[in-house]
Amino acid sequence: MDTQSSESPVRTAHLPQVTEPRNPGMELDLDWVRAIQANTSAIERRAATLPGRRSVKKEYQAAWLLKAITMIDLTTLSGDDTVGRVRRLCAKARQPVAPSVLQALDMPPITTGAVCVYHDMIETAVDALKGTGIPVAAVSTGFPAGLSPFHLRVAEIEESVKAGAEEIDIVISRRHALSGDWQALYDEMKAFRVACGDAHVKAILATGELGSLRNVARASLVCMMAGADFIKTSTGKESVNATLPVSLVMIRAIRDYYDRTGYRVGYKPAGGISKAKDALVYLSLIKDELGDRWLEPDLFRFGASSLLGDIERQLEHYVTGAYSAGYRHSMG
Amino acid sequence: MTVKEIFETMEYGPAPESAAEALAWLVDQGDKFGHYIDGAFTKPGKGFDSRNPATGEVLAKLTQARQADVDAAVAAARKAQPKWEKLGGAGRARYLYAIARLLQKHSRLFAVLESLDNGKPIRESRDIDIPLAQRHFYYHAGMAQLTGSELPDTEALGVCGQIIPWNFPLLMLAWKIAPALAMGNTVVLKPAEYTSLTALLFADICTQAGLPKGVVNIVTGDGAVGEMIVASDVDKIAFTGSTVVGRRIREATAGSGKELTLELGGKSAYVVFDDADIDSAIEGLVDAIWFNQGQVCCAGSRLLVQEGIAERFHDKLRARMDTLRVGNPLDKCIDVGAVVDPVQLQTIKGMVESNTAGHVHQAACELPANGCYYPPTLISGLETSDPLMQEEIFGPVLVSSTFRTPEEAVELANNTRYGLAATVWTENVNLALDIAPKLVAGVVWVNATNLFDAAAGFGGVRESGFGREGGWEGLTAYTRPKGKAKPLAKVEAAMGEGAPVDPIDRTAKLYVGGKQARPDGGYSKPVWGKSGLLGHVGLANRKDVRNAVEAAAGAKSWSRTTGHLRTQILYYIGENLSARAGEFAARIDAMTSRKDGAKEVEASIQRLFTAAAWADKYDGQVHGVPIRGVAIAMKEPVGVIGALCADEAPLLGLVSAMAPAIAMGNRTVLVASEPYPLAATDFYQILETSDVPAGVVNILTGSHAELAKPLASHLNVDAVWSFSSTDLSKEIEVVSAGNLKRTWVNNATAFDWSMDHSRRFLQAATEVKNIWVPYGE
Repeated sequence: MDTQSSESPVRTAHLPQVTEPRNPGMELDLDWVRAIQANTSAIERRAATLPGRRSVKKEYQAAWLLKAITMIDLTTLSGDDTVGRVRRLCAKARQPVAPSVLQALDMPPITTGAVCVYHDMIETAVDALKGTGIPVAAVSTGFPAGLSPFHLRVAEIEESVKAGAEEIDIVISRRHALSGDWQALYDEMKAFRVACGDAHVKAILATGELGSLRNVARASLVCMMAGADFIKTSTGKESVNATLPVSLVMIRAIRDYYDRTGYRVGYKPAGGISKAKDALVYLSLIKDELGDRWLEPDLFRFGASSLLGDIERQLEHYVTGAYSAGYRHSMG
Repeated sequence: MTVKEIFETMEYGPAPESAAEALAWLVDQGDKFGHYIDGAFTKPGKGFDSRNPATGEVLAKLTQARQADVDAAVAAARKAQPKWEKLGGAGRARYLYAIARLLQKHSRLFAVLESLDNGKPIRESRDIDIPLAQRHFYYHAGMAQLTGSELPDTEALGVCGQIIPWNFPLLMLAWKIAPALAMGNTVVLKPAEYTSLTALLFADICTQAGLPKGVVNIVTGDGAVGEMIVASDVDKIAFTGSTVVGRRIREATAGSGKELTLELGGKSAYVVFDDADIDSAIEGLVDAIWFNQGQVCCAGSRLLVQEGIAERFHDKLRARMDTLRVGNPLDKCIDVGAVVDPVQLQTIKGMVESNTAGHVHQAACELPANGCYYPPTLISGLETSDPLMQEEIFGPVLVSSTFRTPEEAVELANNTRYGLAATVWTENVNLALDIAPKLVAGVVWVNATNLFDAAAGFGGVRESGFGREGGWEGLTAYTRPKGKAKPLAKVEAAMGEGAPVDPIDRTAKLYVGGKQARPDGGYSKPVWGKSGLLGHVGLANRKDVRNAVEAAAGAKSWSRTTGHLRTQILYYIGENLSARAGEFAARIDAMTSRKDGAKEVEASIQRLFTAAAWADKYDGQVHGVPIRGVAIAMKEPVGVIGALCADEAPLLGLVSAMAPAIAMGNRTVLVASEPYPLAATDFYQILETSDVPAGVVNILTGSHAELAKPLASHLNVDAVWSFSSTDLSKEIEVVSAGNLKRTWVNNATAFDWSMDHSRRFLQAATEVKNIWVPYGE
């Protein structure tokens, strides 16, 4: 399996695993998969008490929010996306925070982690982001349901990579997880990973459709075994998207995988994270459960579209002391 | 640090909760407090400083109560009590509701003051202690409302003396005051000297609620004040604190007739099976032993992990410990605050330093330079013989060991003098529901830990004390059956001389372990009736007590039988007694020289039938606790019950105690009526023919005065009852302190045995264990 990264470091500041080896995957270890447990009530309790246990204030909050911005996969995944819409989004990704605010914070320019679009918008996005180092991520494999013919799903990945996507967000076949066919899930994920080549692959589990946290844990593990660079909660199209309990289960799986193999897999919660305060809670969850190394865009991303706007308002509040208004910040 | 630097390091930074309002409240009170007696604060007197353990700063000056203060508080409570009780449940409910609302309105003030005074993290006081205290008053407002309809035959005890510890100052106050007031009692409460401030703020709340004067009285001071309260003219003592002090209170109140509940120490087991959600079990340990700096009586402080996962579990646990944040209790971003006082810090240090066994890991977290801080500590690889596996540390120190099988887990978990709480982690519902009842503890949490609620009783067994706080089961600690007891005079045996009535020698033996046994001492005594010598009975001594208790302890399987089986055996006893009713009636009449033998036999048969009826119906409850899950209040047998049976009703007294006791699955050692022992010795023939397993009922004859002490002091007896006409109550209660067994003594008052008291007996024959089972997939 390919463990090397062929991208140049300059262009790929935000790409996963540029400073350490990519997760090569491993043989499917069904004993491990089946032994994994996830006690829902206990996980919910931990998730519910976390916001009360961790609090980040003042300059720390400002710094954390800036960090959060660098981890956002600024996303548009709508049927009415156009070239113009995607260009505007890319412009926002290049300059997510008003220069005046950055100046007040004495911060150099920052960008979002990536821009995430459908296949047809890849070229537009690549073009708009040229020279910025911001990678383009494309959702793929019959997103969001993942029920198109398998060979077409593989071909879609290949097309997207060819079009310039450096990150591919694939969706897994939920039915494999729901029926406990872990071998099938493993094989599918592995095929997707191969199709991605040098592009990094994020496995979307669609956790809202997996039925139980135990299944979330098992699917996370199987995807990592099959070589996922990132595991991601949701498409944003399920009725339940990223939640703290689901995140806890997935990052614990990441931790176990790292303990066992030495490879760090990234995590991307997506959908439903729209407030700056939520972002801070997520970051503290990552910090406490996985450690500071995961607080970088190569190992953590937010899949979000409206989060950035709230963070901008909070930053301006920190700078000016006055609560901000949405129209004061440029649209994404 | 600049924003840019933090952007790189991603450190947490300080997030302090303001102490300004709490400090302002202290200033408003003059930074000095007297006692709260009869609805007003007394003038501050000589006393001591209350300090913030995180900084050592003096928060306020408190007054050490003198005897006159305690007397005044008790007198105020005494004076207020009748009117408070007469106000009725609905009337009292309004005040309790008002207090709950006020606690809610001032919740942040209470939380900050609590953290300042105690050193616990603001998260805990804000999110746990204060909301639970409010909940307790809401819940008991409801209990007051319902007392008239649901507890019609009970009345208030009167004045309750309540002594609470420093680990949950306001919460323990709520646990004590809310049920007492709901049931119509008035109280004199002493907070711990380290942490009196929220109790004094609560006094202020009582005034704001318009609570009648004297209903709540609060006196401050150290243990000496506690002793004064224990010795004062109160009707009940409720104590939460150390086992050492609890034992002293047991001795001090022995024979006084003061009701007593004790919530004492623990060394609660935390059992993790190999199929558990390991990460969640580890997170549970954070809530178990690093909650409130480990200063929690029910802290899961004794970790038992199944061997196959032990190494990985401990590795993960150590990694988790290293991410705990220790620091300023008012910081909203810490997990572990300050230990309550330098004295406690020294105790913890001393205990850990004296340990030489196992492997010590202390969390690699930063500690503040000053203040009472101790790092989260794990001592793994200990054995049951190591002192730290047995002794309560009351600090953030976890000890651990391993086990092989579920059976061994239970044995290890129960290998302790304590019995407060236990935690079980497994994803297997069969295993969880099998293990939970086998753990000797008042509270068991399945896949969770340290869950509390007013609706579920809390309290221990063994040397963790007795009595429950919360739930319906907690109300019995603050009520008693209506009615006045009459004094009981000593019943003397008939004396006589001459030849036996029946020329064939009949020497009744003792009944131990299902067999007739000669008394160890080899002495017998004659039993006389009006008509002459009725026979001889053996004189049991302490060795016979030992043998009988051993037999009873060995009959463990009786406690696991089904209620249905016990029902059948009790009916069978009744049936067999009925078949020989005439003979028993004649025997009773011959001994007592009365003519009510037939009535007594008939009543005895009734008691057996009633107990038989209850054996499969005295059900537990499922409490409505505010989680997705259930708290199952299971009624469990107390264990081995020793009873000195009534002298005046030789058969009925014995049967009235025995039948409910064995119906609930207890094993018994019964000392027969001293003057009229032959009814009991005839009765064992009935037992022998009624399929009662060996050891479930053991019958001794002899001197109550001689047998009381070995029975009440026996450390393998779980409860002792005395209905003897010899006044032994004090002696029994004093020696019962050895293992803090439950006592029920008559204090030289009479029982009307012709009345059916089965409910009281059933209650005394059972412990309520609350098993919390959160669920959800």
